[in-house]
Amino acid sequence: MKNSIAERVYDFLKNYPPFNILKDDDLLKISKQVSIIYLEKGDTLFKKGDAFNEHFYMVRNGAITSFHTNATNAQEIVNISDAGDIFGVRPLIAKENYKLTAIANEESIVYAIPIDTFQAVTNNNASVYKFLITAFATNAYDPYTAEETGKIFSDYLPSTSQDVLSFQTANYTKNPITCDFKSSLKDAAITMSAHKIGCIIVVDEDSKPVGIITNSDIKNKIATGLFPIETSVTNIMSSPVITNKKDLTVADGQLQMIKHTIGHLCITKDGTVNSKLIGVLTQHDVLVTLGNNPSVILKEIKRAKRTKKLRTARLKANTLLKSYLEQNIPISHIVKIISQINDAINIRAIELAIKKMPTPPPVPFSWMAIGSQGRKEQLLFTDQDNAIVFQDVEADKYEETQAYFLEVAKLVTKSLNKIGFEYCEANMMASNVEWCKSITNWKLQFENWILNPDEKAILLSSIFFDYNSVYGDNNLVDELSNSIYSSLSKTSLFFKFLGRDALKNPPAFGFFKQFLVEESGDQKDLFNIKSRALMPLIDAARLLILSSNIKGINNTAERFEKLAEMEPNNKELYQSCSYAFKALSKFKTKQGLLHNNSGKFIELETLTKEEKLKLKRCFKPIQEIQETLKMRFDLKNFM
Amino acid sequence: MNFNWLFKKKQSFPDFWNVYLETFSKKKNKGDTIPNTRFIAFDTETTGFDKKEDRVLSIGAVSFVGKTIQVNNSLELYLEQDVFKPETVKIHGLMKTGSREKVSELEAIKTFLAYIKNDVLIAHHANFDRNMMNEMLSRHGLGKLKNKFIDTGVLYKKSIHIIYREKEKMYSLDDLCKELNVPMVDRHTATGDALITALVFLKIVSRLDKRKHLNWGYLLER
Repeated sequence: MKNSIAERVYDFLKNYPPFNILKDDDLLKISKQVSIIYLEKGDTLFKKGDAFNEHFYMVRNGAITSFHTNATNAQEIVNISDAGDIFGVRPLIAKENYKLTAIANEESIVYAIPIDTFQAVTNNNASVYKFLITAFATNAYDPYTAEETGKIFSDYLPSTSQDVLSFQTANYTKNPITCDFKSSLKDAAITMSAHKIGCIIVVDEDSKPVGIITNSDIKNKIATGLFPIETSVTNIMSSPVITNKKDLTVADGQLQMIKHTIGHLCITKDGTVNSKLIGVLTQHDVLVTLGNNPSVILKEIKRAKRTKKLRTARLKANTLLKSYLEQNIPISHIVKIISQINDAINIRAIELAIKKMPTPPPVPFSWMAIGSQGRKEQLLFTDQDNAIVFQDVEADKYEETQAYFLEVAKLVTKSLNKIGFEYCEANMMASNVEWCKSITNWKLQFENWILNPDEKAILLSSIFFDYNSVYGDNNLVDELSNSIYSSLSKTSLFFKFLGRDALKNPPAFGFFKQFLVEESGDQKDLFNIKSRALMPLIDAARLLILSSNIKGINNTAERFEKLAEMEPNNKELYQSCSYAFKALSKFKTKQGLLHNNSGKFIELETLTKEEKLKLKRCFKPIQEIQETLKMRFDLKNFM
Repeated sequence: MNFNWLFKKKQSFPDFWNVYLETFSKKKNKGDTIPNTRFIAFDTETTGFDKKEDRVLSIGAVSFVGKTIQVNNSLELYLEQDVFKPETVKIHGLMKTGSREKVSELEAIKTFLAYIKNDVLIAHHANFDRNMMNEMLSRHGLGKLKNKFIDTGVLYKKSIHIIYREKEKMYSLDDLCKELNVPMVDRHTATGDALITALVFLKIVSRLDKRKHLNWGYLLER
C-alpha cells in the first residue's frame, strides 16, 4: 500500500545526516517505521536514568533541550537540538539508561526512529556509524562525563586531524646551504658554523647533490683523527643522498627517513640525484608540521626569539582552531586553549620587548588585557586592547617611569600588530598615555568613571571592566579590583548607566520575521553578529556580575553560569544565555575562518536555513535578559 | 403480511460488517483515559460536495495513542471511479485513470472498517466526511457508521475563550494550520490532511489540557 506520510518523512530525513548517505530504498524502509511525536513546550521525552527506548530521535519542528542533572539535582543545558538534529542516540551506541534528560524547548514535532530497523538497514556502514558517534560525543560532552566521552574523542576525532596533517605537502627548507665537491672539509665547516646549521649538502658543478655532511660526520671522522681537517669533503660526506620531488607529503617524507634511517631528504627538481637541488626536508621540519598541537605551539612561543616566530605560532593556532571547530569540540574547551596561546604570545612579546630596553623595569608593573582578550573570549585575530598599571613612584619620578613603560608598550603593540592583532582604532592600548598609569591614578580613574558616569565613561569602562592580568605583578591588579568594588558599593547610578548601555543594541522586535541588517556603509545588508548578538550578552553579564559583587570571573559564559548558580529563580534564563553566547561565538568564529576576518559581519545569504534557525534561537534569551535588566535596574524611565 | 425481507436483509449482511458491529457490543471501558485511547484522524477527497451525486476518491487516515502517531499504521486508499468531475481535479490532483493502485468501493469499506474498529474518529468538518462515508455504506446496503465523532472545526471553536469567539466564523483547515502553526505539507491529499487534522487535534487538546477542561464529555459534546 502507498504510504504518503512515510514519503514525507523520507523527504525530510534525506536532507540530514546520517540519513543523507543512505540508499533511497533503505531510507524509505526506515521512514515507514517512524513514529511522529507531538510535544508541548516543557514535555519530557525521556529522563536521566530512564531505561533506554527502542528509538532515537530527530527534531522535525521546534527544538529539544538536553539537560545534564548533576549531583545536586541542578540541571544544565548540554545542547539544544533544532530541526534536522538527532538526539537521544545513547541506546544506539550503548544499551544503557539515559544519562541526559530531553525536554521540549518549545512546541515540537519529533520523529522517533526505531533502532532495530535502523541498524538492520545501516548494518556495517562505517560513515553512518562515525557520524553517530560524533553526534553522541558532542551531545554527551560535559565535565561530568568527560572521562567517558574523552575516550570516544581520542578514538575517533584526533586521528582524522592527524591524517589531514600527514597528507599536507611537506614544508621543506628552500635554498639550502651547499658546498662545492672540490672544497675542503675545513671550508665546509666554516660555512656551517657561519650559518649556524647542522648539515651541509655537497653539490657538483651542475648543482646536483652528491653527498651530505652533518655534525656527526665531523665528530666521527675528523675529531677522532680518522681524516685530517684539510681533507676533501668527498671523503667525509655520506653518499649517495636520498632524493625526492618537491610535492611529497609529510607522511611520505617521514616514511623515507625511517626506511633509510636518515634525517635529511634532498629535494631536487625531478626527484632524482641527476637534477638540480632545490631544498632539504629535515626531520625537524616533519616534526614541526606534525606537531600542530597546543603544547608544541606553546613551547614554540616560549622559545621564540623573534616576532616572526610568534606570528607563525599564532597562525598554527588558527589551523588548530579550524580543525577543532570541524570536530565539534565544545567551544568552552576551544576558548580555553586559544586564550592560553594568546596569553603566551602576549607574555613572550612583552619579554622580548623588555629585553630590548636598555634597563630592566624600574618598578613592578602589570600588563592587562582588556576587552575580549580580558574576558578570554578571543578566538580569532581581533583588535588589541591593553593597558599597563605600575607601582606608585615619587612624584618627580612619575614622568620618567611612565615614559619607560610607554616605550615598552610601543614595542609590544608593534610586535602584536606584526603577529596579526590589529591596532585598536580607538587607541585603547598601553602605548597611549591615558592607559599607562600608576596604581593610584588607575584607582582615581575608575572611581571617576563609577561616581560620575556619562556616555564616554560608560563606553570606556565597559571595555576596562573586563581586565585580566597577563604579565607581571598580579597584586597590583588585585588591589585595583578591590578599590573598584568598594567604589561600586557607593553608587547605584553607575549600574543604571551600564544597564542603559547594555540595552542600546536591542535585537529589535520583528526579529523573528527578519534579520536586522546594516543599512548603510561597507557592511550594507550584512548582519552584525557582534553588536546585535554578542555585545548585549557580554554587557548584561558584566552588569549583573559587577552588581552582585563577584570578582575574578571575566568570561561571559562563566559569568552567566555563576549567576545561574547564585540565583536559582533565574537559573534557566542564565543558562540559556550562557548557551546562546557559546553558540554565537562559535558562529562568529566559523564565519571569521571562512572569510579570514574577525567574523563580525555575517552574510546571511551564505547561511543554510538550519543555521539561520539556530542563530534565531539564540535571540530569545537576549530578549529575555534585556527585559530582566530593565526590571532589575529600573531602566524603563532611564532610557 | 410478509416481513421476511426484514430478516433476510439482516442475515445477508456481509461478515465484515458484523465484525464491525460486534466491536461496539462490548462496552467501552469506563476507565479509558484520553491519553491511552486510540484515535483515528481521517479525511476523504471527493468529486464534489453533493453527498448523493458525488463520490469518494480517496480515504486517508492515521491513528494515534497519546501524542505518538505511527507512520506504519496509517491508511491510504484510492477508489475506482464511476463519477468523474474534471473541475475538481485541480484541487485533489486525482485523475480518473491514475497510475495508482485502486480498489473498489466495497473493498475500501472493508479495509476502512477493519482499520477504525470502534475507535473515536476525528475529522475536520466531520459531518461532510461522515455523510460521504455513510452514503457509500448505504449504496452497498450497509448501515451508518457507529463511531463517536470529533470535529476539529467545532473543537477549535470551543477551545477559544468565549470572549474572543466569533460565533459565525467557520474555521477552515488552512485557518487552523496558521493559527496553530502546523506545517501545511501535502494539503489536499487525503492522508496529508488526515495527518494535519491529527496534529491540529493534538494541539487543541494540549491547550484544553492546560485549562483543565479536558474530559470525554467536553471532547465529544457537539
